[in-house]
Amino acid sequence: MKNKDIKISNIIESCNLKVVCCQELSGRGIEGGYASDLLSDVMANTKAGDIWVTLQGHPNIVAVAKLKELAGIIIVNGRTPEEETLNKAKAENIIILTSNLPAFELIGRLYESGISGMR
Amino acid sequence: MHKKTAFEQIFQIKGGDFINAGEPSIKIRNILKDIGIDADIIRRVAITAYEAEMNVVMYGQRGTMKLLVTPEKIVLHIQDKGQGIEDIELAMKPGFTTATEEMREMGFGAGMGLPNIKKNADRFNIRSTIGQGTKLRITFKVK
Ligand SMILES: Nc1ncnc2c1ncn2[C@@H]1O[C@H](COP(=O)(O)OP(=O)(O)O)[C@@H](O)[C@H]1O
Ligand SMILES: [Mg+2]
Repeated sequence: MKNKDIKISNIIESCNLKVVCCQELSGRGIEGGYASDLLSDVMANTKAGDIWVTLQGHPNIVAVAKLKELAGIIIVNGRTPEEETLNKAKAENIIILTSNLPAFELIGRLYESGISGMR
Repeated sequence: MHKKTAFEQIFQIKGGDFINAGEPSIKIRNILKDIGIDADIIRRVAITAYEAEMNVVMYGQRGTMKLLVTPEKIVLHIQDKGQGIEDIELAMKPGFTTATEEMREMGFGAGMGLPNIKKNADRFNIRSTIGQGTKLRITFKVK
């Protein structure tokens, strides 16, 4: 069964993610997942509670996550977000995680952990 | 029936300021949430506010976004003093963009902003004058 009672803290462990902002938000539930690097696409097609997988690390990802009430952001490929991104994330209560894996690999592991993009 | 009084607020948008971009849209979302507007309407307002705001940041030089809330409707007025749009019909086409390479690297410039505004609004109006700027009026029915 997919998307059942999965919390950010569960995927931090199962997918070996690093929390770069707001560890205290790791109790948040994840309802689904979405992967994209195009901000208009994310604005249009995510649902509230989605975990968002992206390469983007600039401050605007925080506004997008906030406006769409996403569960959090995972930045892949070993990229680190800009300093200003972290300041914004703190101000807006958005949890940001990073992974050394490329998107394909990480999304496969998220799926194995029980997160689906379809609901 | 609970009767809300009309509410109005204006937000400034600074062209080229990618750091603070999105803040007016977030404030609008927060206001609507506080008022207790339906979640689906908030979602649609948030999408349109953000797309319209980013167009001012990217192409508009400087501008404002006004939020108006009445018991019947929510209206966003966005206007800027930018270069204006030469061919509105072309600008409305999905995928059309004049975003720079730098903007596209940041994930902007999908050419979906105006089409998504139209799709999510109950009414959408756009007027533009070359060399003077662009005005958008986006309306949502509240019920
Ligand atoms: N406020 C504006 N002022 C000037 N040009 C604009 C404005 N809004 C949109 N445009 C033009 O319309 C095009 C399409 O806009 P949009 O659908 O939002 O896609 P994108 O922003 O991804 O390019 C833009 O690339 C730009 O050329
Ligand atoms: Mg746009």
